Amino acid sequence: MSFLRLFSSRPAPAPASAPIARERLQILLAHERGTRGGQPDLLMQLREEILAVVSRHVALDPEKVIVRMERGKNVSTLEVDIELPNELAPALAATG
Amino acid sequence: MAKVLVVTSGKGGVGKTTSTAAMGAALAQSGKKVVVVDFDVGLRNLDLVMGAERRVVFDLINVVQGVAKLPQALIRDKRLEGLWLLPASQTKDKEALTDEGVGNVIAELRKTFDWILCDSPAGIERGATLAMRFADEALIVTNPEVSSVRDSDRIIGLLDSKTVKAENGERVEKHVLITRYDPARAARGEMISIEDILEILATPLLGIIPESQDVLRASNVGSPVTLNNPASAPARAYLDATRRLLGETVPMLVPTERKGLMDLLRGRRAA
Repeated sequence: MSFLRLFSSRPAPAPASAPIARERLQILLAHERGTRGGQPDLLMQLREEILAVVSRHVALDPEKVIVRMERGKNVSTLEVDIELPNELAPALAATG
Repeated sequence: MAKVLVVTSGKGGVGKTTSTAAMGAALAQSGKKVVVVDFDVGLRNLDLVMGAERRVVFDLINVVQGVAKLPQALIRDKRLEGLWLLPASQTKDKEALTDEGVGNVIAELRKTFDWILCDSPAGIERGATLAMRFADEALIVTNPEVSSVRDSDRIIGLLDSKTVKAENGERVEKHVLITRYDPARAARGEMISIEDILEILATPLLGIIPESQDVLRASNVGSPVTLNNPASAPARAYLDATRRLLGETVPMLVPTERKGLMDLLRGRRAA
C-alpha cells in the first residue's frame, strides 16, 4: 500500500479527526443539556456568587474583572481575576 | 480604519461559518487585528468551528443588555495573536438583539479592531438583517447550485436596501465567494458555471473554494482550515481570497481535478 502510494497524488492520510470531533461534542453537549432543563449552570452560578461576595467588600470595576472558563470532560475550571485598586492594598494586608 | 464585513448567503449550509473562521484567521495571520462575531443566536456554531466552545462565558446578547462588558465577552484565540471571537448566545431569545444595541457593540469594536467579521445566520429574518446592518463590505457565500444563487440574489437586494450604508445613499462593497466547488462535477457540466453565477449576480468574485475533506477535518478539530492545514487546496483558496480582500491582485485559479499516476494508469478519463 505504501509502495503504491508513491504513484498517487494523494498524501498519506492525516490521523482521523472524527474521534476528536466526537469527544468535543460529548463535552459540549453534556454541559449544554445540563443547563437546558432549567437547572442553572453551576459555573455560571459560582461566577455570580463569587462576584457578589467580593463586591460586598470592595467596589468592583466591572471592566477589571476577567472571568475565564475551561470546560473539560472530567474537570472544569473557573478563573476569576479581579483587579483591586491600590488604595485597598493596605486595608487588605491589615485584615489578611 | 476598521472594516465591518458581513458573511452572508440567505441559504443555510453553504459555508458561512467555515468561511468566517478561515478568512478571520487568514486576516489575523497577515497581521490584522480581527474579531469574528457570531450572529446566529440560539444556534451558534462559530465557537465550535474556532475551537473555543469550552471557553464561552459571556456572549453578544449579554453585552447588548449590559450584563457584561465587551472585553469580558471577547475570547482570545489561543493559536493566533490578534484573533478574537465574540460568541452568540445559545439560550437567549434573538429578540433581545436591537438595532441600537448591536450598533453600539459594532461601534465599540471599531475602536480596537481592523476587521470585524459578522457571521450571519441563514435566512432573511431579523438575525440576518442585523448581521448586515452596519456592514461596510459583504461576502456573499454561494454554492454553484440554483437555490443558493437565487438566495444570494435576494441577499444582495437586502444589502442594497436594508443596511445603514444603503440608507445613507452609499454602497456596501459586495464580493461573491463561491464555496463547495466540485471540479469533477464541473468538468461533467453538472454545476452552474462560475461565469453564469457572476453574470446572474452581477457582483465581483473574491475567490473559489473547492469542496474538500480538509474543511471537514478542520471543523472536527475546531481550527479554521487556514490554520489547520494552510497548504491544503481550500486553505490556499481562502488565503488568496483574503489577499484580494486586502486589495492585492492575485490571479484567480479555478480548482481542477487532481489526478495521480495511479488514476491515469487505471485509464480514467481525464477531465
